[in-house]
Amino acid sequence: MKNAGSAPFVDKRLNVSASDKDKIISAGIDWSQEQRSGSFFQQGADVLFSQSFTKEAEILSTDRALEKFPEVRKYKGRAFSLISKSIPGDTQGGYFIRVRKGRTVELPIQACLFIKSKKTRQRVHNIIIVEEGARVYIITGCASAESADKSFHLGLSEFFVEKGGYLNFTMIHSWKDDTVARPVSAAVLEEGASFVSNYICLKPVREIKMYPVAVIQGRGARASFNSLLMAHPGSVQDVGARVIFRRAGRAEIISRAVSLGGRIIARGHLKAEAEKVRAHLECRGLVLAKKGVIHAVPELETEFQNVDLSHEAAIGKISREEIEYLCSRGLSQQQAQSVIIRGFMDIEILSLPEIIKQQIRDLENTNFQGSL
Amino acid sequence: MLSIKNLSVKAGKNLILQNINLDIGKNEVMVLFGPNGSGKSTLLRSIMGFNGYQIVSGGIIFKGRPLKNLSVETRVKQGLGIMYQSPPKIRGVKLSQIADFLCPDKAKICKLAEILALTQHLSRDINVDFSGGEMKRAEIFQLILQNPDMLLLDEPESGVDLENISLMGGVLNGFLQQEGKSALIITHTGYILDYVPAEKGCIMLDGKIWCLGSPKEMFENIRSKGYEKCRECTFRG
Repeated sequence: MKNAGSAPFVDKRLNVSASDKDKIISAGIDWSQEQRSGSFFQQGADVLFSQSFTKEAEILSTDRALEKFPEVRKYKGRAFSLISKSIPGDTQGGYFIRVRKGRTVELPIQACLFIKSKKTRQRVHNIIIVEEGARVYIITGCASAESADKSFHLGLSEFFVEKGGYLNFTMIHSWKDDTVARPVSAAVLEEGASFVSNYICLKPVREIKMYPVAVIQGRGARASFNSLLMAHPGSVQDVGARVIFRRAGRAEIISRAVSLGGRIIARGHLKAEAEKVRAHLECRGLVLAKKGVIHAVPELETEFQNVDLSHEAAIGKISREEIEYLCSRGLSQQQAQSVIIRGFMDIEILSLPEIIKQQIRDLENTNFQGSL
Repeated sequence: MLSIKNLSVKAGKNLILQNINLDIGKNEVMVLFGPNGSGKSTLLRSIMGFNGYQIVSGGIIFKGRPLKNLSVETRVKQGLGIMYQSPPKIRGVKLSQIADFLCPDKAKICKLAEILALTQHLSRDINVDFSGGEMKRAEIFQLILQNPDMLLLDEPESGVDLENISLMGGVLNGFLQQEGKSALIITHTGYILDYVPAEKGCIMLDGKIWCLGSPKEMFENIRSKGYEKCRECTFRG
């Protein structure tokens, strides 16, 4: 499937260098836009591009949406207030994406938050509304250019998935080894809604701290948080997810963490404030270098008897036997190691459509040299 | 093809193999018998160059060249191939990925997978939730795609029902009938002898080669008298 009406993402007038383009693509952005229903691009504080190629979705900057649609104002801050989270009000830009009741957006929508200049402090507020029975895939790529030394990114995101709606949200980070990133997000799920949140970070970063929360507000809603994390030497990734059940529902939090010398804290919290909750938390980690650290912090919490909450965590190194086995088929040590890590960073956990899956496979290929 | 001369091997601090001498020629199949813990798997693993086995004396010559200090993958490139007794499970790595790596011919992969009843398994993670028989068939499948000249088979029939042994035995026999293929096969049950053209057998006891002879005769003797009688036997190799 192809989006016939699209033009290349971010045209020449925007002065994007070849290396910036590579960086943006490494965050999952489809430059041709052929396989996207719409795009949003913000550089620093400036929204440079936002366009929807379909009538099914509205894509514009949050600031513009608040001006244009008065009803959006009641959404801003609502998800955070549900979890009593105070947030700064001085954000600039961010994207607003809304899919109207009953509509299905076939191809994913993409949004890119890019930092180009050094010491930039990018602070955005994103609002995503999936109305009753609507369906959409969103892919957000966050990246910093080589020139963006010592930058900071704050990304506030509020997700509203209304009755029976489906939102599949994938965030890919491609920062620099001195970038600090603070994504802060909250999702509100109404009756029968489904929310899939995927997070992928395979590139160096100085520090990422994020603990997105989904609140199950309506019966039978379902949340799924999946992450693939790779911590390079010097990186700290404190990444988790929390699901609060105010009604019966289901959730899973799954992470695969690989430390190449960096520190990963994989958190997870399932909190059942209602009966008939089923949820599972799973963390698997591989430590591949001496100074690497993986710390799994799973939490399960409830006051009710008829809930089913579980967790499993396993951290280890690559087994010598597995490497030897693949070498006995003719793979080199390096190939064997790459194949095992790629297998471990299993994109099948992400519940993605095939077009995004292939893209993530390609991203993984650039990260694992010598794989098959 | 494969010549083992005065080979002694340590695993950790323990001397496992002592002064082994064996010759397997081109187109020859040798069967290796021996009780559990006698050192049979250590011999195969030492030939492959696996970690944890230290050659303290002697050596292994393959196709006229010493294998000493060669990596596992180099030995594989020279034509050695091993079938594991209990292969590891590797999550996230599909059987088809390895098949594609071993053989560029997709049609050949599909055909062999069909013969070995593995078509459904190609898209599954290697050995994960495979039954005993499926694991062994997957081992034979990979080995044949790898197309080695010297097959090292570690108990190919253990944990496999008779129907699967017949299927695997038939495929193995077809492969070994080709020009230039040799094998060293460890067996406990002897079932594999019904399928492969083995003319030489040897018995290993306590890390030593005890005797050489006809595999079928040997197997009959082991079955009727047990390995303990071997120790009393004077026909030492």
